[in-house]
Amino acid sequence: MSEKINITLKVWRQNRGEEGRFEVYQAQDIDTDASFLEMMDIVNEGLTLAGKEPIAFEHDCREGICGCCGALVNGKTHGSHEQTTLCQLHMRKFKNNEQIVVEPFRAHAFTVIKDLIVDRSGLDAIIREGGYVSVKTGSAPEASTTPIKKELAEAAMDAAECIGCGACVAACPNGAAMLFTAAKVSQYALLPQGHPERTQRVKNMVAKMDELGFGNCSNEYECAVACPKGIDVKNIARLNREFIKASLVK
Amino acid sequence: MKLDSKIPAGPLAEKWTKHKFNVKLVNPSNKRKHTVIVVGTGLAGASAAATMSELGYMVDAFTYSDSPRRAHSIAAQGGINAAKNYPNDGDSIYRLFYDTIKGGDFRSREANVYRLAEISNQIIDHCVAQGIPFAREYGGYLANRSFGGAQVSRTFYARGQTGQQLLIGAYGALSKEIKAGGVKMHTRTEVVDIVVIGGQARGIIARNLVTGELTRHVADAVVLATGGYSNVFFLSTNAMNCNASAAWRAYKKGAAFANPCYTQIHPTCIPVHGDYQSKLTLMSESLRNDGRIWVPKAKGDKRPANLIPEDERDYYLERKYPSFGNLVPRDLASRNAKMVCDEGRGVGPTGNAVYLDFADAIKRLGRDNIAAKYGNLFEMYNRITDEDPYTTPMMIFPAVHYTMGGLWVDYNLMTSLPGLYAIGEVNFSDHGANRLGASALMQGLADGYFVLPNTINDYLATAKLPKVGTDHPAMAEAETAAKEKIDKLLSIKGHRTVDDFHKELGHLLWEKCGMGRNAKGLKEALEKIPQIRAEFWKNVNVPGSADDLNQALEKANRVADFMEFAELLVRDALNRAESCGGHFREESQTEEGEALRDDENFTYVAAWEFQGLDKEPILHKDELVFEEVHLTQRSYK
Repeated sequence: MSEKINITLKVWRQNRGEEGRFEVYQAQDIDTDASFLEMMDIVNEGLTLAGKEPIAFEHDCREGICGCCGALVNGKTHGSHEQTTLCQLHMRKFKNNEQIVVEPFRAHAFTVIKDLIVDRSGLDAIIREGGYVSVKTGSAPEASTTPIKKELAEAAMDAAECIGCGACVAACPNGAAMLFTAAKVSQYALLPQGHPERTQRVKNMVAKMDELGFGNCSNEYECAVACPKGIDVKNIARLNREFIKASLVK
Repeated sequence: MKLDSKIPAGPLAEKWTKHKFNVKLVNPSNKRKHTVIVVGTGLAGASAAATMSELGYMVDAFTYSDSPRRAHSIAAQGGINAAKNYPNDGDSIYRLFYDTIKGGDFRSREANVYRLAEISNQIIDHCVAQGIPFAREYGGYLANRSFGGAQVSRTFYARGQTGQQLLIGAYGALSKEIKAGGVKMHTRTEVVDIVVIGGQARGIIARNLVTGELTRHVADAVVLATGGYSNVFFLSTNAMNCNASAAWRAYKKGAAFANPCYTQIHPTCIPVHGDYQSKLTLMSESLRNDGRIWVPKAKGDKRPANLIPEDERDYYLERKYPSFGNLVPRDLASRNAKMVCDEGRGVGPTGNAVYLDFADAIKRLGRDNIAAKYGNLFEMYNRITDEDPYTTPMMIFPAVHYTMGGLWVDYNLMTSLPGLYAIGEVNFSDHGANRLGASALMQGLADGYFVLPNTINDYLATAKLPKVGTDHPAMAEAETAAKEKIDKLLSIKGHRTVDDFHKELGHLLWEKCGMGRNAKGLKEALEKIPQIRAEFWKNVNVPGSADDLNQALEKANRVADFMEFAELLVRDALNRAESCGGHFREESQTEEGEALRDDENFTYVAAWEFQGLDKEPILHKDELVFEEVHLTQRSYK
């Protein structure tokens, strides 16, 4: 059964071009069945009526699939390391009178836009370098032409589950986007459709990652712990293999 | 306004092929001289923008999200239909066409639906070529499953994340074209108005959501791919930012709005649990393949599910519809859930829920098998409700999920405003009064990859498109109007939040224009909506400023449009005195309580033309002509 709890929120507030700071708010009578973001909604309603600006945070589907939401909650990306997005974290995970510290994702390549909203457009820039199969509409053969081993399709799907939230980058001490990039490289390395472009794909995506200021991988594996979709670090090994193979091709 | 659906002549199965031959083409070297604006980057928008760019057009694409990968298409779980007939169970293009027409309760256009069924197979071919990891059999071939409203297995799927995989595929195609230079992507940018010059849609006014700057964009055609309006109900399964603003503003600029009363209430959602609730979560319809829906036979039976013996349970769908059982179409499943709850047989703390029970399936197939099929859904359910569906039956209740109504379009997907196109959920065209499961992804991608890129040529090749610039007076006028509206919202400084008003409006709609509708309730709503709207404009509190990232302002802008749109929705529901599909008028039902259509008086698309906010819109009846199928009372018994 649900109950009501009180929470003290210590939230990072920051405007564009200004330095940030923590501010403290009280969240009263929060139903433990409420989601973390619904608790934030309640706090924001209160702030609005008190004549203050509500806390800006990104969110959309609130079903854990769009990848919009995300913040550091008590130092953990998405507030828990149980393969949960922030929108799917519920207040029953917190205790009455607990203090919760909420900060934006912190990484060199993610600048703060406002409060908890950061700029993750670097992830799109990496995808633009080849995170797809270059097939034009209309040129595809019959779908069943190429059988694909079930195990391969499943492994590709494991990698393809990435929602692009950026938690892996925020959790990495180097701010690397290796897990994100590796998931996409792996999906197409595993499937035959991805093979014609595999050499250029891995080279270009890795180069873009470096160019944008994402860090290098030093095998901390924090990314995989933080990933709300449970993307495996084996994908990073696969990326490295693809990368080495590609560098041997003229 | 004169509506011409432009349905090509000739036999149904040849219309699309013939039409593709008859449309005028734009010479390859002239294509790059045309700019097309695409608003929205979900399945329809992303696929259309990418494909038009591949053809050589210059595309400006807009999304309010930080990335084109976020659109709500991503949340579609179950799958996408196609008439491949891989399982050899008797499927065909004709059967998919017929199921869709029937599922839509004979309120959609034959020609459009047939084209959709025809294209369905190409979509699967294309998506497989894109490297979308569809589920496969051990032999390496594509797997299929069945879905509500069909007796064949024609649904392709990627676990419970089919929408995500298809959207990422379309986003990949879009990314490829951004890289190639054919698409200019505008993220965190929201359309605030459509600009009409010389009777043609020639551009948009957009707002940069980070800086608040209003910008002007001109083009030769504007494509809206902005999704549905479920969020007018406040609580729905749509993403929080989904809105009707672009479509509504197009309507106010001269595009007819069709069948706004056709809303789909999805039967399998997690029930409402508190007034702080921000949205509802859908549990894929695929769960009905193995889950059995029931309530106690006795009213007010509050025993826990496991203490209710088998013979005291009412598996009401299996009882009433033996041939389809738990797989009846969505409207029927939803309405029946409401009926048993209204009878006092609902379960859970609020009495507004029914059980979806997997005990038999687990017994028959084993826990591992069920976990492999539905594991992620069970986990999601557990996360939200703190209950374990492997041991306790799920509780579900219907929720607003999809809107079949939308901007009126002709066969070319052009609205009644020349140069303005509507694709995907924002148009009204293919699902009639009720959409079948796994058909939304199919329609979004059919429109975006295959239909629009073939039909837009015709307009660009033949329309007179005088050169206009961003300095055109109509552009300046639209920008000023948008600025005034924003300033007005910020200046009210009232005592109620935007959400507070949105909840009031949504609650009213759910009560009076939800799963059951009647003339009395609809008339009450028609009176109440302008009152809520008037108070909104006097008493809303929108904090912050116009030249900053301001989420409350974004929301206020959208809710202000819902406040107007809601009235049209209710007006349409009142006009349509028959029951059909998701639109259930309590006055029009059979003795058994099933929806009763009135084909004699309502076999038409209700297309509404704006006349001003305080004037009644004009109703245009776009007659539906059925040459191929016979209209029958839908039966799933």
